[in-house]
Amino acid sequence: MSTTTSMRTPATRKKRRLYAVLAGLTMLGIAAVLVLTAFEDNIVFFYSPTDLTEKAVRPGQTLRLGGLVEEGSVKKAADGITTEFVITDLSKTVSVRYAGLLPDLFREGQGVVSQGTLGPDGIFLASEVLAKHDEAYMPPEVADGLKRAGQWREPTK
Amino acid sequence: MIAEIGHFALVLALAVALVQSIVPMIGAARRDYGWMAVATPAAVVQFLCIGVSFSCLLYSFAVSDFTVINVAQNSNSLQPMIYKVASTWGNHEGSMVLWVLILALFGGMVAIFGGNLPPTLKARTLSVQSMIAFAFLLFILVTSNPFERLDPPPIDGRDLNPLLQDIGLVMHPPMLYVGYVGFSISFSFAIAALIEGKVDAAWARWVRPWTLLAWIFLTAGILLGSWWAYYELGWGGWWYWDPVENASFMPWLVGTALLHSAIVVEKRDALKTWTILLAILTFSLSLIGTFLVRSGVLTSVHAFATDPERGVFILVLLSIAIGGSLLLYAWRAPQLKGGGLFAPISREGSLILNNLLLTTAAATVFIGTLYPLLLDAITGDKISVGPPFFNATFIPLMIPLIIALGFGPMMSWKRGDLSGVVQRLKFALAVSMVVTAVAAYVTWGRSVFGAIGLGLAGWLAASVCIEFGSRIGIGRASAGDVFRRATGLPRAAWGMTVAHFGFAILVAGATGASIWQDESIQSIRVGDSITIAGYEFSLRNVDDIRGPNYVAQRGVFTVRQDGKIVATLAPERRRYLVQGTETTESAIFSNGISDLYAVLGQPDGAGRWIVKVYFKPLVPWLWLGGMITVLGGIISLTDRRLRVGAPTRKRDEVPSGAPAPAE
Repeated sequence: MSTTTSMRTPATRKKRRLYAVLAGLTMLGIAAVLVLTAFEDNIVFFYSPTDLTEKAVRPGQTLRLGGLVEEGSVKKAADGITTEFVITDLSKTVSVRYAGLLPDLFREGQGVVSQGTLGPDGIFLASEVLAKHDEAYMPPEVADGLKRAGQWREPTK
Repeated sequence: MIAEIGHFALVLALAVALVQSIVPMIGAARRDYGWMAVATPAAVVQFLCIGVSFSCLLYSFAVSDFTVINVAQNSNSLQPMIYKVASTWGNHEGSMVLWVLILALFGGMVAIFGGNLPPTLKARTLSVQSMIAFAFLLFILVTSNPFERLDPPPIDGRDLNPLLQDIGLVMHPPMLYVGYVGFSISFSFAIAALIEGKVDAAWARWVRPWTLLAWIFLTAGILLGSWWAYYELGWGGWWYWDPVENASFMPWLVGTALLHSAIVVEKRDALKTWTILLAILTFSLSLIGTFLVRSGVLTSVHAFATDPERGVFILVLLSIAIGGSLLLYAWRAPQLKGGGLFAPISREGSLILNNLLLTTAAATVFIGTLYPLLLDAITGDKISVGPPFFNATFIPLMIPLIIALGFGPMMSWKRGDLSGVVQRLKFALAVSMVVTAVAAYVTWGRSVFGAIGLGLAGWLAASVCIEFGSRIGIGRASAGDVFRRATGLPRAAWGMTVAHFGFAILVAGATGASIWQDESIQSIRVGDSITIAGYEFSLRNVDDIRGPNYVAQRGVFTVRQDGKIVATLAPERRRYLVQGTETTESAIFSNGISDLYAVLGQPDGAGRWIVKVYFKPLVPWLWLGGMITVLGGIISLTDRRLRVGAPTRKRDEVPSGAPAPAE
């Protein structure tokens, strides 16, 4: 270990501060680039069935579709894994196809959010279906979608 | 009666907190020792009051007193006792009481164990701590009184959310709260230091153990939560970048940075204003986390509370606390004197790099978590920012962190010798390259990131070992000498080595878990089997069983490898009777290196069941590595220096490069 006297003079205070500021700015720059590029590719917009019929959606664009599972619409395909059901905001409907385990709280008449892409045949291919922890709880986007469609009813409890 | 006592104790605590916020602060300003001395007993009394209140709530839950609304809504007489107890904090009101209890606990501990603190610093710290407590007690009493009565009482309660009826969730919230509420004490110390206008090595030495204690619990709490999500939610993942997870992860990232920068203040008297800022930011992020979780603003699987009144209250509180402390910082921080100088390539420099990377990572998580809320508030557009975003921003920041982590501990203070360190780490580089090559060979054709991740983990583990080895003189000294040196090392040095080594294992686990898992989902009959990664899962039978407050179907799987039975898995589908909700209980077999994981899905009514099975290599290392990291923290906490907290004894601390003169 060298002693203090044999050491070259450490960077001056100003220089040190400059280094720190430069390092900080570089880091911020890197973070900004990372965040912006990641945002570009990875933001998923939420649509209600009405939105989906009104707004243009790029084929293959990942999006979230939310609404209520229409009563009587849930059908199991022959393979036993694929489920088809209809999501409705009570004015428009979209058919959804999903292969996988449905969440525990998934059932007809309940609010649900699914993530996936819109197929060319107009069927929404879900890669994920989310239902919420609590069955009294309505996903806020779904509630909002229902309100916009003029179909909102205060939950009765 | 019990509930009223609890309520009364809470009101009493509010009054004590008010006194404790004001009197010692004025006392410190006037150098009036009598007024300052109020802080110590007040902090203890405040803790006792809240303790009584919490006990009353706990008792109401334990005896299922359904005349209390909170109990009626969140508990049920059929629940096993442990879940009745856990129901106390499994709901909004109760968890807020737990929150202030821990706040007061930390205040009380500083009051009792902080005997060697300068009286003004102690008075001011406890006063700031009490201001936070006052605000949150007011919040509870005004918007979330857990002791409200219900007349007439229902016959039975609504039951705790079944997903929360799990041993992981019994422990998770208290741990997490001790963690992120514990950072309040670093915050209070920082604010007190700003008011005093003095930050020195002694200050850092007082703050560090408290920060470390909070960090240990936060780390353990996050691990528990992750483990719970892994086995209970049945999706087989361990981290979802869910806003609620992020809410606890952001304070962890900045708190980890704080832990490291405080070392620089302690040893080198530098980075003072930065450390103060980190202390403020860490607790601010804890508050933001509380706001996110408690106000119900999130569109998250966790958000089971929605009540705008509470949200606005916490938001106002948040603005006062964060805005106020940052204003104070802007005003007072420039007056803090800078300390020891150092070159960019040095231990200090590498700790700065650590801090920059950790805080930048926290910033990206912050943006990803809050941007959807902001966008919703401004434009009404609903978006979600999911794991791909976080993986794309967070992982690139962790890679340089892990690389630098290999170098940092080997650098000397003030001015480091990079080429010398590289020379000594050649072996680690070789290990890393071999691991990368082997991993790439074994998993050829799959994601390249797996090999990189394992290579990084190998690099870190090897360089930690080399650093430790050279510190105790392996290869240079005799065996007896090595042993003597190892036992003579400060516990803090042991702690660092263990924690960093644990982190290496965690990195390996995270890599394996994210990249190499195999899964299959099929609809099968009893007697059928599914094969993945050489394991044959056969469904032997499905039984109906009955639990205390649920009924369930249990599928029994036999897992064979090369014809030999290696495990029996029994996942369940439970139906909780009171709320009528269904949950899936996954079954996991772990051999320490990989997990076999099975989930029983819905029946199709014609004798078939949807079944999901996974092979998850290295997942156990996640928890193992995490636990080792926590252990490292605990070892470090037992360091004599921190225990005694004696700031005067400096000579046995600094072997070379005398510390910068104190002001």
